[in-house]
Amino acid sequence: MSANAQDVRELVKNRSYGAGFVTDIAADTLPPGLDENVIRALSARKKEPDWLLEFRLKAYRRWLTMREPRWAHLRYPAIDYQSISYYSAPKSMAKRPKSLDEVDPKLLETYTKLGIPLKEQEMLAGVAVDVVFDSVSVATTFKKKLAEAGVIFCPISEAVQEYPELVRRYLGSVVPFGDNFFAALNSAVFTDGSFVYIPKGVRCPMELSTYFRINERNTGQFERTLIIAEAGSHVSYLEGCTAPQRDENQLHAAVVELVALDEAEIKYSTVQNWYPGDENGVGGIYNFVTKRGDCRGRRSKIAWTQVETGSAITWKYPSCILRGDESVGEFYSVALTHHHQQADTGTKMIHVGKNTRSTIVSKGIAAGFGQQSYRGLVRVLESADNARNYTQCDSLLIGDRCGAHTFPYTEIRNPTAIVEHEATTSRISDEQLFYARTRGIGEEDAVSMIVNGFCKQVFKELPMEFAVEAQKLLQVSLEGAVG
Amino acid sequence: MLEIENLHARAGDTAILKGLNLTVNAGEVHAVMGPNGSGKSTLSKIIAGSEDYIVTDGRIRFEGRDLLTLPPEERAAAGIFLGFQYPVEIPGVSNMVFLRAAVNAQRKHRGEPELEAADFLAWVRHRVKQMKMDPAMLSRGVNEGFSGGEKKRNEILQMLVLEPKLMVLDETDSGLDIDALKIVAEGINALRSPARATLLVTHYQRLLDHVQPDHVHVLSGGRIVKSGGPDLARELEEKGYGWLDAA
Ligand SMILES: Nc1ncnc2c1ncn2[C@@H]1O[C@H](COP(=O)(O)OP(=O)(O)O)[C@@H](O)[C@H]1O
Ligand SMILES: [Mg+2]
Repeated sequence: MSANAQDVRELVKNRSYGAGFVTDIAADTLPPGLDENVIRALSARKKEPDWLLEFRLKAYRRWLTMREPRWAHLRYPAIDYQSISYYSAPKSMAKRPKSLDEVDPKLLETYTKLGIPLKEQEMLAGVAVDVVFDSVSVATTFKKKLAEAGVIFCPISEAVQEYPELVRRYLGSVVPFGDNFFAALNSAVFTDGSFVYIPKGVRCPMELSTYFRINERNTGQFERTLIIAEAGSHVSYLEGCTAPQRDENQLHAAVVELVALDEAEIKYSTVQNWYPGDENGVGGIYNFVTKRGDCRGRRSKIAWTQVETGSAITWKYPSCILRGDESVGEFYSVALTHHHQQADTGTKMIHVGKNTRSTIVSKGIAAGFGQQSYRGLVRVLESADNARNYTQCDSLLIGDRCGAHTFPYTEIRNPTAIVEHEATTSRISDEQLFYARTRGIGEEDAVSMIVNGFCKQVFKELPMEFAVEAQKLLQVSLEGAVG
Repeated sequence: MLEIENLHARAGDTAILKGLNLTVNAGEVHAVMGPNGSGKSTLSKIIAGSEDYIVTDGRIRFEGRDLLTLPPEERAAAGIFLGFQYPVEIPGVSNMVFLRAAVNAQRKHRGEPELEAADFLAWVRHRVKQMKMDPAMLSRGVNEGFSGGEKKRNEILQMLVLEPKLMVLDETDSGLDIDALKIVAEGINALRSPARATLLVTHYQRLLDHVQPDHVHVLSGGRIVKSGGPDLARELEEKGYGWLDAA
């Protein structure tokens, strides 16, 4: 290949994954490998209380007895857990900065490049942001304004120090430390993430958002998020994720726990754009995530909305336990796999309380050699009189080398339940593209128009500005999908 | 405006057009008639830029430009419109979104600024009214669940919104009831002007009663076998196509 062609290739690549750069920054990184000493070292670096170290060690010991799940419709080589570093933090973060002015300018620049200028954000947009870089949280904006409303929004490592009783009470109460292989691993080695507490009756005055960034080579990211919404409170939270472009695969295994008490409402949105690997399937993030919400109180509501365009492998089932009577669970998902990406994603709705309702809308898009699986469980327990579920599960194929699969499971133990399931599979046809082109609309624009139409139902659940972002992301992710 | 010379085209191994010649000048309306399977839709789609066909010989020029090297979207921006015999459905994409994308894509291609949302809306509403369609159709998916007749009417609506220079209408009259036929014909006539031209593919005189053609051609076996004035269409209606083979 000539130098020129190489340049063009690079340009195209970079355009496709704009977040693929590396920040050159001195880091304090633990050597690769995992044993109890690593966990003790990590816990010591974070000056954690004994109960937390115990939690980690219990999880680690359980993890040693567990096996990586292999039931998903995913193919990837075995992960070597001893080759991963379990802690990495920019050196400048050794002393936690008190304000943005103290944060290393190189870090701030990283987020500006990613389109999240923290300073301007603080002044302009009404969104509070917590930013996690590898294993640590580097900045949280709007803290004061939130504090006035009584809202706590801070890195979970800070919450451990400042609000230990809250963290201790709720951590692991939705996703127990031995829940599954990846949750156990996360419980043992989780580093940072966000903590949110909304007091009784408070409507959080702004959107909360966390931005996760993997930077160091060979590090895993194991973030942990805990959101507690007290009775009658309301919060909307959004997470975004990116990582540099690298040839090797990197592991990301997060745990998110949500607790909604009586009449509380949590809206949790994700725009996941981890590096997906290149067009030949080299590199990319392995994304194994456990997200679960507990509608503990009556008439509480938890809504998950996700737009998953990144990662080489996605294994993720944001779920709701509808414990409180009349509680409501919702799951809206767009997942896109292009080139050699694989996604096995869906949800679980567990109906426990009476008159509980759940809605599932899943939109899977596969292009190139992408593999797309929806896996969803609707379980209605004996106690759940008059439970209702509606599931809609649509797949859109672009080209004929990709695949879409659906694995719906239902377990109904109460005869009053009404469960509906609809599924469709369609393909963007050459006739449709030709039709659009004869009207002047170019092929890629036509594809993205059709894809946006397909995803409309989910996008309208996202906060406005993120819906626009999500549309752009899909468009970029589908570059080269036709023609 | 449109000059087709010695056009040969095939789909796969099947030769469909075998030396077709046709010239359409600005301001003219040409009707193309002919038996089923004679290549009328093939001709229409090749003019619009379909990649289903391989042109093996001959050429097409539009306003002096070689058309065959242009992708369909550039032909559209240059002013070519095809009303499909069988318009496809695009579920999930509303007619409004589709029309707006089309108008703005063509404007962009011509170096014009995008239309303001309000101006665009007013413009589309005006055309919807002209076609006596329910404005609610604008928020429905493109042709999604439309009846055959509604689809054809929607083709003309799109044409009125886009205001092309060359209108190629492939059996737009088929499947229309009398009232709808009239509305469609009025739509076509509304765009008739000395600067525009129309190529009407049809089987029936009844459309030509409303849209008077200047020239009528018979396409058979992949070639224009006979051309004439409006009378030729009436003759065909009476006698069918069989007598032409004998001639
Ligand atoms: N894409 C295609 N592939 C194969 N054969 C085709 C294709 N399109 C048209 N044909 C064949 O070419 C001939 C002309 O078709 P068409 O142009 O649709 O005729 P008309 O519109 O005059 O009825 C028919 O025999 C038809 O079967
Ligand atoms: Mg035809």
